[in-house]
Amino acid sequence: MNKRSSWALPYFIFMLIFVVMPLVMILIYSLTDGGGHFTLRNITKFFSDKDALSTFALSIEVAIENTLLCILIGYPAAWILADKRLNRSAVTVVLFILPMWINALMRTLATAELFTMAGVQLGKGTLLFGMCYDYLPFMIYPIYNQLSKMDKSYGEAAADLGATPGQVFRKVTLPLSMPGVWSGIMMVFMPTVSTFAISEFLTNNKIKLFGTIIQENINNSMWNYGAALSLVMLLIIGVTTVLQGGGDEAEAEGGTV
Amino acid sequence: MKARKVFAKAYLWLVLLVLYAPIAFIFIFSFTEAKSLGNWTGFSLQLYKNLFTGSMQNSSALLSAVYNTLLIALIASVIATALGTIAAIGIYYLRGRKRQVMSFLNNIPMINPDIITGVSLFLLFVFLGVSQGYTTVVLAHVTFCTPYVVLNVMPKLHQLNPNIYEAALDLGATPAQALRKVLVPALRPGMISGFILSFTMSLDDFAVTFFTRGTIGLDTLSTFIYTDARKGGLTPELRPLMSIIFLIILVVLLVINIRQSKQSNK
Repeated sequence: MNKRSSWALPYFIFMLIFVVMPLVMILIYSLTDGGGHFTLRNITKFFSDKDALSTFALSIEVAIENTLLCILIGYPAAWILADKRLNRSAVTVVLFILPMWINALMRTLATAELFTMAGVQLGKGTLLFGMCYDYLPFMIYPIYNQLSKMDKSYGEAAADLGATPGQVFRKVTLPLSMPGVWSGIMMVFMPTVSTFAISEFLTNNKIKLFGTIIQENINNSMWNYGAALSLVMLLIIGVTTVLQGGGDEAEAEGGTV
Repeated sequence: MKARKVFAKAYLWLVLLVLYAPIAFIFIFSFTEAKSLGNWTGFSLQLYKNLFTGSMQNSSALLSAVYNTLLIALIASVIATALGTIAAIGIYYLRGRKRQVMSFLNNIPMINPDIITGVSLFLLFVFLGVSQGYTTVVLAHVTFCTPYVVLNVMPKLHQLNPNIYEAALDLGATPAQALRKVLVPALRPGMISGFILSFTMSLDDFAVTFFTRGTIGLDTLSTFIYTDARKGGLTPELRPLMSIIFLIILVVLLVINIRQSKQSNK
């Protein structure tokens, strides 16, 4: 019986080479100079690099705003979709996920073009709304999944015991849907911080996000500094994952068609 | 209740309208000849004609980008489905610490943003001195697709009665036969959704491909669009191409979902 557990071995080796080793590479490259000698210069460079620091702060700010915007718009949509009394059609759900299947760069370019046509100046506002276009389905889907799995009798019990609809939502529905919200946050927040092409298109290269800086360094052969910047991102991912409680909730995002 | 329902429906349709505005925009402007998007010069099917007859600027580059995108997505998702299914069976029989380690590692590529996956693999290939091209892009795509296959196959294993496999062995089936005739049919729905998910993620990927494609001039649709847009002005034939892709996906998804909901209603 236990012999079959050895079937996990090929994938384990695969992940050691293509998941663990690459992350070790980021660490190695960020702690060495071009000649392969140990140095902390790449790390200290980031903390004295005004341009990188302000871009970093702006990226975090934009990511927080984008994530909040997605929750604000996405949560009610997911809630309506999951409510059998309000929506009985599976097709509506598909319509919400469908845009994810269209090339994101093409969609973003069209969005930017729409803004230009409407006479809106490309800048931070268009960046936020454009990103929200791109990431909204990633917020709606996990929340919808969580809400439709939820046992409705908890809410009914609360209502029977005298809770108002507002209280039912605050004390029962919202806490039970939190794993979905966390999955959504993971799928929106980190990608927003690290986008590069999308932010360039939406602001006509006026606003750079952190991803663009990493990409510029890597493409200009500044691998060690690029790796150090990636290390900063990895640390944030680690912190967010720990805050979220171990990343087990990532399973909630395991989408099916 | 009635007013609530109308309000809820109106909200959903409003969000959908906003979500689909850029796609509709591309679709509408695929029926005009103008070079730049948003410029209407009268109805025409010229762009569709150019696309199908290949009579346009850099048509070979665009067609090979489409070909590369499909080929890479197909190879990567076949490998990811095989690797992920075998891994899921193994993980299912693992206990304790080892199981925790496997699911922790499996979560990393899903949590990592594309750019981290791309940059880290780029550094690995540079470090190992591997020349980057088709192979490295496929390996990179397998890396971020396989976790989703594992996640989709796992629930099917939990539903499976483990005795059936043992029974097949007792009745004289070789392990390979038991795998082919018992395990694979039971896991097939999970494998299929894992495959479809891998395929679509590979199709849509930009950042990982961008960092692992090397300098041999390998382009997928995403990197083609990126370079094209940075040069200023998209190839107009991308509009009909995107519209056709969108319609195909729409039809496929609707058919799958209508069939599924019919089955579950039975």
